[in-house]
Amino acid sequence: MFGKLSLAAIPFENPIIMGAVGGSILLAVVILVLITYYRKWTYLWQEWLTSLDHKRIGIMYIILALIMLLRGFSDAVLMRSQQALAAGASQGFLPPGHFDQIFSAHGTIMIVFMAMPFLAGLINIVVPQQIGARDVAFPFLNAVSLWLTAAGALLVMVSLGVGEFSKAGWSGYAPLVERQYSPSTGVDYWVWAFQIAGIGSLMTSINFLVTILRMRAPGMTLMRMPMFVWTAFFTSVLMAFAFPVLTVALALLTLDRYLGMHFFTNALGGEIMMYINLFWIWGHPEVYIVILPAFGVFSEVVATFCGKRLFGYRSMVYATATIMVLSFSVWVHHFFTMGAGPDVNIFFGITTMLIAIPTGVKIFNWLFTMYRGRIRFTTPMYWTLGFIATFAVGGMAGVLLSLPPADYVLHNSLFLIAHFHTMLIPGSVFGFFAGYYYWFPKAIGFPLNEKLGKWAFWAWLIGFDLAFAPLYVLGFMGMPRRMEHYANPAWQPYLIIAAGGVAVILIGIFLQLIQLAVSIKQRHATRDLTGDPWNGRTLEWATASPPAVYNFARTPVVHDIDAFMDMKEKDIAYRQPDQYHDIHMPKNTAKGLVNGALVFVFGFAMVWYIWWLAILSALGIIFTLIVRASDDDTEYVIPAAEVERIESRRHRQLTTAAGSRPAGGQTSLQPSPAV
Amino acid sequence: MKRKSNFIFTGLSSLCAASFFGGCSQMLLLDPKGPIGDAERFVIIAAFVLMLIVVIPVFVMVFWFARRYRASNRKATYSPKWSYSTKIDLAMWLVPLAIVTALGVLSWSATHSLDPYKPLDSAVKPIRIEVVSLDWKWLFIYPDYDIAVVNQLVFPAKVPLSFRVTSDTVLTSFFIPQLGSQIYAMAGRQSRLHLMADEPGTYAGHNQQFSGRGYADMHFKANAVSREQFEAWVQNTRQSPDKLDLARYEKLEKPGVGSPVMQFSSVKPGLFDKIVSKYQTGALEGR
Repeated sequence: MFGKLSLAAIPFENPIIMGAVGGSILLAVVILVLITYYRKWTYLWQEWLTSLDHKRIGIMYIILALIMLLRGFSDAVLMRSQQALAAGASQGFLPPGHFDQIFSAHGTIMIVFMAMPFLAGLINIVVPQQIGARDVAFPFLNAVSLWLTAAGALLVMVSLGVGEFSKAGWSGYAPLVERQYSPSTGVDYWVWAFQIAGIGSLMTSINFLVTILRMRAPGMTLMRMPMFVWTAFFTSVLMAFAFPVLTVALALLTLDRYLGMHFFTNALGGEIMMYINLFWIWGHPEVYIVILPAFGVFSEVVATFCGKRLFGYRSMVYATATIMVLSFSVWVHHFFTMGAGPDVNIFFGITTMLIAIPTGVKIFNWLFTMYRGRIRFTTPMYWTLGFIATFAVGGMAGVLLSLPPADYVLHNSLFLIAHFHTMLIPGSVFGFFAGYYYWFPKAIGFPLNEKLGKWAFWAWLIGFDLAFAPLYVLGFMGMPRRMEHYANPAWQPYLIIAAGGVAVILIGIFLQLIQLAVSIKQRHATRDLTGDPWNGRTLEWATASPPAVYNFARTPVVHDIDAFMDMKEKDIAYRQPDQYHDIHMPKNTAKGLVNGALVFVFGFAMVWYIWWLAILSALGIIFTLIVRASDDDTEYVIPAAEVERIESRRHRQLTTAAGSRPAGGQTSLQPSPAV
Repeated sequence: MKRKSNFIFTGLSSLCAASFFGGCSQMLLLDPKGPIGDAERFVIIAAFVLMLIVVIPVFVMVFWFARRYRASNRKATYSPKWSYSTKIDLAMWLVPLAIVTALGVLSWSATHSLDPYKPLDSAVKPIRIEVVSLDWKWLFIYPDYDIAVVNQLVFPAKVPLSFRVTSDTVLTSFFIPQLGSQIYAMAGRQSRLHLMADEPGTYAGHNQQFSGRGYADMHFKANAVSREQFEAWVQNTRQSPDKLDLARYEKLEKPGVGSPVMQFSSVKPGLFDKIVSKYQTGALEGR
């Protein structure tokens, strides 16, 4: 009846896991009670859960990303404390089975359920507005993607309390993930969560490719697109080409595990290195999938807060395009130590080094945007400067690893861990935070507290350096990654420093939570009436904060790269049109959410071999999608009069704001003496 | 990679290691004990120095520009429309390109000369060692001496070592940091590795690729000794009552964490090849 599932699957005997489960359930119950108490269920259902509005979907993506960031970070805290303790005879407080689950979950969550939803969220909120569109090309598909990602994330969270997660690492190398070596359900949770979220990402990429190519405002040629739109475009291309490879690799692995096939087994003609090749053919572009949008954010932030056009726009576009193309030609550098011949290794070594060129170009572009600018040191700018300085170090470590002979000794060491965290934390997370601070007033309607934001930044930056600088050293001391305990006592001091660094980052995260609470409390005083709190340059600042559901009452016409700055200079930015027209917008629908819920049930049933439930939920998924596809009544009309009412209110607000200037843009002019 | 050309870097590396990290005796990769590790350290340090050509200016510029062009500094030039300069654009493409070209040339030759499959240039006849990674222990077979050891590697210094490496479990990586390169151990195939120790000593060795529950305990001591000590050790091992025939191997191969050092006085001939081909034929005995 319940397949392999029984009460024994719940790890009652493990106090750490049960504590985490109890905490999560308690938190969920508190949230549910609060929603009920304040009678917000209808609001939540109508305005959020069933919404097809790209801005709402974007915000929900980011909420998911932030929740999963907390989960992934808790895993990091556990790992760092374990390694700080488990030297010599000490075994620390985590047994190997549990430690292995934690690092596997940490990697999976941070890449697939933190970075991916964060970038999908930013792209969702910003790209349609930056290209002057009212929505994405396929609003329903957008909701399907969101709820697939959420379903995957929920599967990972459920694995905490029901059964276990994979113990084979986030990259799930064959043959360790095969049934022979990992017979329990952990790998199945990993494989289904990964697969489901991956399909969601693939759909997101198709959606944004079409949106960006087909829905730009008149006058916005490709070479007038904001840099963030370019990076969203390149990221979508990468996703569209890379994710199918992952889908196939995971599907073949699933066949191995469920039907006893031999694609990636040791014996009977299986090929473990084929899995590892396929994984990294997705995995390396994936690095750029999560980094390029952050590069886009930095480009927007630098130009805005330096009050200056982005330096070398064309160069930047070509550099990013070069990175996109090259990222598909480097995957073998993840396993130089496989024993391929020197010609193979050096080919992939040199393609890897080549990526440093366009990346360096981008760094210099940002620097020369600052040159002869007038820099306002706002929180987004802090994250950007912190990124540029730190990323140079990470890039250097990366080029070092791209030299096959250096990789022969540094591969799989903590040096590698330090390197890719220096790429992904400053390169990606700092970028997402910069975007979070930069676009928060646009998406929500009021800014985040600047002072707390800067404190949080310093805690993150200092904590980051403390946590990862020792890891570079440990790599040279010969410490491999993923050690549950170790015999060499010389490593311990560095691991204690690293654990201290994580504690400092924890302070940063607390400050961010406090900042969110404080900013919500102060929202009436800080409300952004202009829609343009930072003196922005691109079209998203032309809309209200938060934007009307249709973004633009009249489609803007673009004449320049910095379209909105151009309009402001020509003094046509806030001109109210003579008349408005009816606007067609997509209706809300619960089918995206229902589909996600059914996919979750399907995934859970597959993990536990509950076949009847898997079949039922699969039929449910097909049925939901057919019902949706046969629905011709998916749009509603906002009458011109209603549009006029909303827009007139917005223009009255603008007049008020103009009277009480300096509102947003100028308050942040408060210079800071040093970085 | 001549040893002479590299003494500047030796100085440089020990300087940086000593000043930043309090002594380099624990910085195994900067304190190599063999020609391969030595050459690899040279590659690391040379690449590091080359890259500073770009990284130092980035550091200087980020702090300098941020300070000079702060909004409150009204003396600094402000050109909001200035956004392109052919000279700067060319420089930002060509300087990194030049460095990558230099790095490419360096790594082209180093990748070929440090190919793990390439036998070392030495007048001395190499010692052949067959490495089998098991759950979670290392089996070392010395076909020339008809002995085998678990979790301990003993070999003479200044003699090239020629490894054949395979796995009778999941993917692992065979690594002795102070001697240089690691290589993957993969079931059903052999990989090759050539190393040498320049001086006697005990060097840490371990599995560098996560392989499951016992991974953290999958390490061994690599003892480089004098030729005489090695011969004596071989004689001593030959006295061991334990013999590695197929039945004993099948017992040994069972998963276990924290295996002690074991010595075998004789080894079933061709055991290594049988382990490699077992994944094609389906059994150790072959069909």
